Amino acid sequence: MGVNEQVLRSDRSAIDDGRLSLTDLSVTIIQPSQGWVSLKLHELWEYRELLYFLTWRDIKVRYKQTVLGAAWAIIQPFFTMVVFSLFFGKLAKMPSDGIPYPIFSYAALVPWTFFANGLNQSSNSLVGSANLIKKVYFPRLIVPISSLISGVVDFLLSFLVLLGMMLYFGILPTWNVVWLPLLLLLALAVALGVGLWLSAMNVRYRDVRYVVPFLIQIWLFATPIAYPSSLLSEPWRTLYGINPMVGVVEGFRWALLGTDTAPGPMIAVSSLIAMALLISGAFYFRRMEKTFADVV
Amino acid sequence: MSDLAIRVGALGKLYKIGRRQERYKTLREQIVDTFATPFRRLSSAVCGQSSAVSDEVVWALKDLSFEVNRGEVIGVIGRNGAGKSTLLKILSRITEPTEGYAEIQGRVASLLEVGTGFHSELTGRENIYLNGAILGMKKAEIERKFDEIIDFAEVEKFIDTPVKHYSSGMYLRLAFAVSAHLEPEILLVDEVLAVGDAAFQKKCLGRMGDVAKQGRTVFLVSHNMAAITRLSDRVLWLDNGQLQAYGPPEETVARYLASGIQELGEVTFPDPSPPPSGTAYVRLLAVRIRNSEGQITSVLDIRLPFTLEMEYQILRRVSSLRIGFTLTAQDGVVVLSSTDMDNVEDELERKPGTYVSRCRIPGDLLNHGQYFVSVGSDFPLIKTHFFHDRVLAFRMEQTGGVGGHIPDRRPGMLRLRLPWNLQKID
Repeated sequence: MGVNEQVLRSDRSAIDDGRLSLTDLSVTIIQPSQGWVSLKLHELWEYRELLYFLTWRDIKVRYKQTVLGAAWAIIQPFFTMVVFSLFFGKLAKMPSDGIPYPIFSYAALVPWTFFANGLNQSSNSLVGSANLIKKVYFPRLIVPISSLISGVVDFLLSFLVLLGMMLYFGILPTWNVVWLPLLLLLALAVALGVGLWLSAMNVRYRDVRYVVPFLIQIWLFATPIAYPSSLLSEPWRTLYGINPMVGVVEGFRWALLGTDTAPGPMIAVSSLIAMALLISGAFYFRRMEKTFADVV
Repeated sequence: MSDLAIRVGALGKLYKIGRRQERYKTLREQIVDTFATPFRRLSSAVCGQSSAVSDEVVWALKDLSFEVNRGEVIGVIGRNGAGKSTLLKILSRITEPTEGYAEIQGRVASLLEVGTGFHSELTGRENIYLNGAILGMKKAEIERKFDEIIDFAEVEKFIDTPVKHYSSGMYLRLAFAVSAHLEPEILLVDEVLAVGDAAFQKKCLGRMGDVAKQGRTVFLVSHNMAAITRLSDRVLWLDNGQLQAYGPPEETVARYLASGIQELGEVTFPDPSPPPSGTAYVRLLAVRIRNSEGQITSVLDIRLPFTLEMEYQILRRVSSLRIGFTLTAQDGVVVLSSTDMDNVEDELERKPGTYVSRCRIPGDLLNHGQYFVSVGSDFPLIKTHFFHDRVLAFRMEQTGGVGGHIPDRRPGMLRLRLPWNLQKID
């Protein structure tokens, strides 16, 4: 919605005297908005404490009354890795870029699980926070963002297991690990971009959340987790980066385990796609935001 | 704009209702629609019909304009569905207006619900932080007021227990305690005073009063007319999304209350269909007010006596049947009640027929203002035959009366002519 803020000249002297503080006097104008709405990122910064509290709440609640709790963050990728190693690694004899298959697939599963869970959480996040959205004002972008950030904790736990596995297989990390935080950021960007689209659509079209698990399953196989992207020859391999998770997954593997071919161009393509998803998702979300409180 | 806190101009909010909104649209339907629409439009263009599928629309707010000065307390009243909550939602930026604009100067905090965001798994302490953050308080602010909040809620012992173990009273107290410590320039409150037990409500009202005295601008939606009259500087009356009145509390509340009630001095009760059962004893036919000259009117002079008439039909021979009335003042307080058996020592027997019971209320008794008449009948302490709540309204007008040559408006429900004695002591 349209919001303008201005400080009135007549009150300037009152501010200088110290009789009134600046924050008292901002004028907010509420009007119907048309078409595309600005992202208002400064408001997100203003409400950063709320983002912190909502994330903190999600994390706390997730682990409070569960037995598995933290273990679930590890079990999911780990057992997938076991199944993959059995059927793709051993039975189907899938090549794995010269690295033992278990760690080859696990290194990809760690960021993948973060993305998949993030997508599941964020796509339903708005509907799940319906009571908040109907009763309190805050930038609604915070809702899907906080649902993603709470997944970072799970990611870190399964990452620890990954380090353990690397120790077990005797693989030492190369200097390329400095790229890891950036790759995590890329994964976050993809998850957020798609999450924004899905969560905004889910408010209006409730069948979207049933599409998501199916989408994730297909996406899993469209991403080189169980198999290496080196199966493809150039230029197809670079174009493969149009699936943004390809860049994340191969980047992770390369940074940690040092695969044969550096996936630079792939990551570049993936990053571009991720940015496009993120920006378009954010604008679509903001455009639909005015209807949330009425429809959710 | 410098003295105004809120300015609203031609504000309107439209909601689409009807079949389309009954269930959530699915993607599949949307996709089918997108393909079908061009064909639909084409065919209706060819046939010359309007292609728009008309959804029923309702204007929750229409053409609303008003101003609020800084530091004013505005009470907002109206029937359910009048648009009060919608107005608050728009001012809180939760939903967007369809037309018009609103200008707000200052930080706004809205209390549309008590305990928003409370999570049952978290402890009281954790929920205070969470709820405070949701309502817009900074972490530093919450920490500063933490002890005050726990004090207000009276839950020190249980502050570290998960909230799901709290009683509903404790839950409400805690939730309200957080909200009560908000310090915005403008506070929007939506009927949150209606929850909880009597002690809690008293606490809430007290707190609202304090907030009002601190000079904040408050926008209070409530059905509690006593609270509204006591706390507000001005009252806004909404009906069907439109502004009906915006003025002094007593007057506006009176107009609102009277809007649904007969003000002609007489109300009749037509034949009920189906006819009352064979075991019924009595049926009310009409209630009237007559002034000292016998005219039916709803405006009375406070100096002069008036008569309340109840016309009824006795269906079976009966004794000890009471007919009476209750007078209620504008703020809901009951002034007095009286029955036709009050002065009668023996049982009163009535044969079937039509009767009128009249009660004469003396002048110089009731103070100016609006009153409501409720009429009922019963076997005392045994069974109620009927009770019609607030069927008639009348006004006592100050046209003299006690202290008449000085036109002052005194507080109080009674305006008696009491004897005074003047004696010079040296």
